[in-house]
Amino acid sequence: MISFTVNGKAVTVEDPPSTPLLWVIRDSLNLTGTKFGCGMALCGACTVHIDGQAVRSCVAPVSRAEGKKVTTIEGISPDLTHPLQQAWIEIDVPQCGYCQSGQIMSAAVLLAENSAPSDEDIDEAMSGNICRCGTYPRIRRAIHRAAEIQAQRGGK
Amino acid sequence: MSVATEMKRREFLKAGAALGGGLLISLYVPEFVPAAWATDSAAKPAALNAFVRIGTDETVTVISNHSEMGQGIYTSLPMLLNEELEADWARVRVESSPVDAVYNHTVFGIMMTGGSTTTNSEYDRFRQMGAMARIVLIAAAAQSWNVDPQTCRAEKSYVIHTPTSRRASYGSLAEAASKIAPPQDIPLKDPKDFTLVGKPVHRLDTPSKTNGTAQFGLDVYIPGMLTAVVARAPVFGGKVASFNADQAKAIPGVVNVVQVPSGVAVIAKGFWPAKLGREKLEINWDEGPGAGISTVEMREKYSTMSKTPGLVARKVGDPAAALAGAVKTITAEYEVPYLAHCMMEPLNTVVDLHEDRCEIWTGSQFQTGDRAAAAKVAGLKPEQVTLHTMLLGGGFGRRANVASDFVTEATEVAKAAKAPVKVVWTREDDIRGGWYRPMWYDHFAAGLDPNGNPVAWTHTIVGQSIMTGTMFESFGVKDGIDSTSVEGAADILYGIPNLQVELHSPKNEVPVQWWRSVGHSHTGFSVEAFLDEVAHAGGKDPYQLRRTLLANQPRMLAVLDLAAQKANWGSALPVGRARGIATHFSFDSYVAQVAEVSVEKDGTVRVHRVVAAVDCGRTVNPDTVKAQLEGGIVFGLTAALKTEITLEKGRVQQRNFNDYPMVRMFESPVIEVFIVPSTEHPTGVGEPGVPPVAPAVANAIFAATGKRVRRLPIKPEDLRSA
Repeated sequence: MISFTVNGKAVTVEDPPSTPLLWVIRDSLNLTGTKFGCGMALCGACTVHIDGQAVRSCVAPVSRAEGKKVTTIEGISPDLTHPLQQAWIEIDVPQCGYCQSGQIMSAAVLLAENSAPSDEDIDEAMSGNICRCGTYPRIRRAIHRAAEIQAQRGGK
Repeated sequence: MSVATEMKRREFLKAGAALGGGLLISLYVPEFVPAAWATDSAAKPAALNAFVRIGTDETVTVISNHSEMGQGIYTSLPMLLNEELEADWARVRVESSPVDAVYNHTVFGIMMTGGSTTTNSEYDRFRQMGAMARIVLIAAAAQSWNVDPQTCRAEKSYVIHTPTSRRASYGSLAEAASKIAPPQDIPLKDPKDFTLVGKPVHRLDTPSKTNGTAQFGLDVYIPGMLTAVVARAPVFGGKVASFNADQAKAIPGVVNVVQVPSGVAVIAKGFWPAKLGREKLEINWDEGPGAGISTVEMREKYSTMSKTPGLVARKVGDPAAALAGAVKTITAEYEVPYLAHCMMEPLNTVVDLHEDRCEIWTGSQFQTGDRAAAAKVAGLKPEQVTLHTMLLGGGFGRRANVASDFVTEATEVAKAAKAPVKVVWTREDDIRGGWYRPMWYDHFAAGLDPNGNPVAWTHTIVGQSIMTGTMFESFGVKDGIDSTSVEGAADILYGIPNLQVELHSPKNEVPVQWWRSVGHSHTGFSVEAFLDEVAHAGGKDPYQLRRTLLANQPRMLAVLDLAAQKANWGSALPVGRARGIATHFSFDSYVAQVAEVSVEKDGTVRVHRVVAAVDCGRTVNPDTVKAQLEGGIVFGLTAALKTEITLEKGRVQQRNFNDYPMVRMFESPVIEVFIVPSTEHPTGVGEPGVPPVAPAVANAIFAATGKRVRRLPIKPEDLRSA
C-alpha cells in the first residue's frame, strides 16, 4: 500500500511498489491525461510533477511518490486558467494533442523556476519532450506568451 | 488545375462510385439516426441531416466523418457547415460519426481519412449540409408564423422574420425542422460573402488538449476491461511454433495467455503486468523466409536494378536520343530507407465482443475496412459492429492499414480472451511492427544543352509497391505501375522536353504502407536534389533554373517566387550558412521551401530557418494551413536528419526513440509559412509540407560545404570537415 496525494487528493494504491507511476495514474486512478509514449523516459509524454519537480512517470516507480504531492495535467488548474493553458489556447499549439500534457507539465516547471525564459532556456527545458506533429515553434511562442501572462498577473 | 490532376480526380471519382460512393443527397435526410446518438448529452437533439443536430439547449453538434489526427479537421468541417447554417459559432461542437455509407468519403467510397483530401472532398458537402439545415429551420419558423420563408433570414442561431423582427431560436425550431423535407436544390453562398471560411478560427479541440480531457483510443476504459500486449514474431511473416506461458502466468495480475494469428497475447489487469508477463514468455518461432532479409543486401540489389530497364511510367519525347546528343550529361543515385510512422500515441484498440454484436473504440483512419475486418474475425455482419472513432494521437497513414492489422488482432485477442480487452502496442512494437514507408533507390541521368538547360531527364525508381495486393490495387495500380511509387517523379511540373520515368517493384516480406506524403516523401527529395545537381552542372542558380523550367506553371512559379523573396534568396548570410531551395507539387497543392543551414565541424547539420510558400487553393482555416506546413516541415526534417529502419537477419535493428530519434525542440528551426491567396477549389495541406524540406536542406548543405547529399538520413560522418 502506497499513499500520496494526486492533485491535492489523498490516495492509497495497492499496486506493487515497482509499478511505474504512469500506469498507477492511468490504470488504477483513471486519470488519463498523462500519456504513454515510449516507456523509457525518452519522449516526455508521461511528465508529471512530484513535489513540483518534472518526473517521467513511465520509469518512476510508484514507491517514489510515497508521501509526496503528485500533480498531473488535470491538476494544474481547475478551469483552463493556468498561463500555459491560456497561451496554448491563444496560439492553438496542439495538433493531435497527445504529447501536449507532457509538454505543458515540463513547461510549467520551467516557468515556475524562470519567469522569463530565453529561447536557450526553452531548448534546455523542453528538449526531453517529443512532438511528432512538429508543434515546437508554437510551443516556444506559447511559453514566451505564458511568461507574459504570468507577469501581467503579478507573478504566479 | 493541371490536366493530369483533373484526370486523376476523374479516375478516383469513377472508382469511388464503383465502390458505392458519390454524392447522394437523398441519404442525408433525417431518417438516418444512428443508435449511438441516443447517448447525446445535448438536451433533446434533433437531427436535421446526417451531419448536424441541434438540441433544445441550442447546442449545435456537427458530425465529422473524418478522423481528427491533428490536422484540424474537427474545426474546419464545422466551419464549412456553419458558414451556411449561420449558427452561433460559440454553440458549435463536434463529434465523430459512426460507420455508415452516408459517411463515405466522396471520392474513395468508403469511410476513411487520408491522402490530404478531407477539405478538398468535403468542401461542397459540408456547406450543403449546413444550408440544408438552415433552409428547414427557416421553413419551420415560417410555418409557425404563417409567413413566407422568403421574408425570413438566419442569424447567429436565430431565424428572424425581417418585416416584424420576430425571432425564434434554432433550438426551439429544430424538432419541427427535422420533419420538413429539404429541397433538392440547395444554393450556396458566393465565397465573397463568407464570414467564417477563410478567417483564422481557434480550434474547437484545443481546450481539451490542454487539460487532459481529450479522449484518445488509449484513454478508453470500459467496465471489466483487461489489457493485453502481444508478443509478435521477431521477423516479418514469422509464426508461433510453440510457446510456454508458465512464468508469464505467474506474474501477479496476469489473467490469461492466448495464442492469436499474430503471436501470443498476455492479458492482464492493466498494462504493466501484461508487459511484465510478455517478458517472461518463451516462444519458439517458425521464422520463414523473412529471416533472410538484410537491408544492406537489399540496397545492393536495388542499386543494380536501378541501372536496368523497368516498366515505363512516363515517356515524353526521345530521352535516349536527347541524352546521346547532349553537350554534357550527369548521372546520380539516390536512396532513402524504410521509415516507421511513430505516432506519439502507440497503436491500441478496445474490443467488447458479444455473441451478436461487437463494440470497438480506436483511432482509425480506415473505418469501413476496420469494421469489416473485425466483423470477419467475430463472425458478425459489419452492421453488428459499432466502431467508435476516438481522437488519433497522430496518424501519418499508419492508422489506415490495408490489412486492418491492429483492429483485426485486437478482435482476435478479445475473441480468445472472452472478455472486453484493450490491446496496447509499446513503442518497440510500433517501431518494429512494419508497415513502413518503403525503402527506395533512384537512378538519374540528365543531359544539358549548350546553354546549360536540361533537355533530357531519365529517372529509374526501385522500391516496393504499397497498393499491389490490396483493395486499392484496381484503381491505384495500372499495367504494373503503382501510382504512389512514381508520384512526384512521373508528373513533375518542370518543362523538360525529353523525359522518361521507369519503375521496378521488387517484393519482400517487409510490409509497407502510406507514410505522410507517400511516394512524394522520396521523390520530393531525389528529384529536387538531382535538379540542384543539374543546375550546378549547367552553371545556373538553382532558383533561376527552376524559374525557367516552370515558365508554364504559373501557380508553382508564384510559390517559388514568394518563398525566394521571403527568404531573401541571393542576399548575404553569416559565414558558414547557406540556403537551399526546393519545390514540390503533391496532393494538388504547390509548395516551395527555402532552408538556411550550417554544418558544424563534426558534421552536425543545423537547420536555422525554413521559409515555405504554399498554394492550396482557397483556405478554410488559414492558421491550420500554417500549422500543417510547420508540422510537415518538422516531420520531414526528422526523416532528413534522423531516422532509418534497417534489418539484419530479418530483425529490425531499431527499437525506441534512442535509436530511432525524432527532431526535438533544440533542433527545430524558425519556420515561416506564406499562403498564396487563391480562389481555386481547396487542395491538400496535411502532407504537401513534407516533401520539399529534405531536398531544401540537402541543397543548402551543398551550397555551404560543396558536399552533395544523395541518401537519407543525412549522416554527420559524411559531412565531417577533414
